[in-house]
Amino acid sequence: MKPAPFTYYRPTSLGDAAQRLRDGADEGALVIAGGQSLVPMMALRVAYATELIDLNALDGLGTPRVEGDSFVIPTLTRHATFHDTEAAPAPLGALLHGVAEHIAHYPIRQRGTFGGSLSHADPSSEWCLVTATLDGTIHLLSADGPRTVEAADWSDGPMSTTREPDEILTEVHLPLLPGNTLWGFYEFNRRAGDFALGMALCVLEMDGDSVVAARIGLGGIEDHPRRIPEAEDALVGQPLDAASIGAAASAAMQAVDPMEDTTTSAGYRRDLTGTVITRALEAARNRAPAPAETA
Amino acid sequence: MSDKTDITLTVNGTERTISCVPRKTLADALREDCRLTGTHVGCEHGVCGACTVMVNGAPVRSCLMFAVQAEGAEVRTVEGLAPEGGLSELQQAFIDNHALQCGFCTPGFLMLITGALEKDPGMSDEDLTEVLSSNLCRCTGYRNIVRAALAAAPAIRARAREAAA
Repeated sequence: MKPAPFTYYRPTSLGDAAQRLRDGADEGALVIAGGQSLVPMMALRVAYATELIDLNALDGLGTPRVEGDSFVIPTLTRHATFHDTEAAPAPLGALLHGVAEHIAHYPIRQRGTFGGSLSHADPSSEWCLVTATLDGTIHLLSADGPRTVEAADWSDGPMSTTREPDEILTEVHLPLLPGNTLWGFYEFNRRAGDFALGMALCVLEMDGDSVVAARIGLGGIEDHPRRIPEAEDALVGQPLDAASIGAAASAAMQAVDPMEDTTTSAGYRRDLTGTVITRALEAARNRAPAPAETA
Repeated sequence: MSDKTDITLTVNGTERTISCVPRKTLADALREDCRLTGTHVGCEHGVCGACTVMVNGAPVRSCLMFAVQAEGAEVRTVEGLAPEGGLSELQQAFIDNHALQCGFCTPGFLMLITGALEKDPGMSDEDLTEVLSSNLCRCTGYRNIVRAALAAAPAIRARAREAAA
């Protein structure tokens, strides 16, 4: 349970880190952020690094900010940042807070990072789900300069991304959400803090009782979190009620291609798809303001 | 280099310089190089929480940090919890509420609870109970750990608020 030997490099800037990674990536140099997934994988000897380039040595990569109509999350932003509901402007702040509570456990959230979670790309990553659902933009840096990737193009299969080995994830940009947004999140796992077997995030723009735009993201079911357009189409133009919620859940169950493993069948995950989408939409409906009283 | 490098960190208020290879975890460095064996090493991959210590005021798994990453950090271990000649409120509450049996997980729980309440004094009792799911105890069934945490929480919150004021 000890990692294999490696060398350790403390960069002086992001540019220095990118150059060091360019020089060492072919041999197996890796970037370490929070280390809450990478270090256990190294201890279990399923991940190896010839060198760790430690972003924790750099200042100024841990505080999110608003830029125009975007919320910018620098790579070292710890999950625990979102223990504060006001870390992002409402209603995005409440959404990020509500999701963050489901990421692992309190001490892991003190160290684990947004950028690390995106780069690790576990199918059950809550931040990958948020970024996919909101169509965020992922900013990368290599020795050649910066590059951006849209969330829909981020995954390259299970726990694999379109980031090149010599690129560093520097920031994720999420859109700020309008005031008429209703959101809901639901995650199912067998033990508190464990990896999600299934989870759904819905972000709806409302005009009165009616859904005018819908984003429904699903995680833990397929090999990477993504939006489910079939479920979204079932909601747009409808009131958010039992009928439309049921239609969205059914559409998603037909649309997904679930993973299968030794303890959880594809059929189980298909059923879970309907359950988590239903419960996320019900959570959104429960946030709707009470209807104005008519005289 | 994968050779030993010197690391200077503050442990329980005392500055120490130790020499470690990069792959040595903070947990092992505290036990072997600082000779502070109160921090227990259980699973070595972040699941059990027995190795929980405070780094710069936040409770973290010391098996998921390399010692080299603690350069310049303020580390607090279970040895730094008790005031001179006594026990902290939480340590006393663990005795009073029979919150330990074999005791292996106890240092991790003490640092988890103290760290969470010092960092977030506004944390509700319900959220504190949820935080206890971070660490594993195979003896007590948690009921008595919850009782001890809730019993000591007001005193820890009050001290944390005083320190922040």
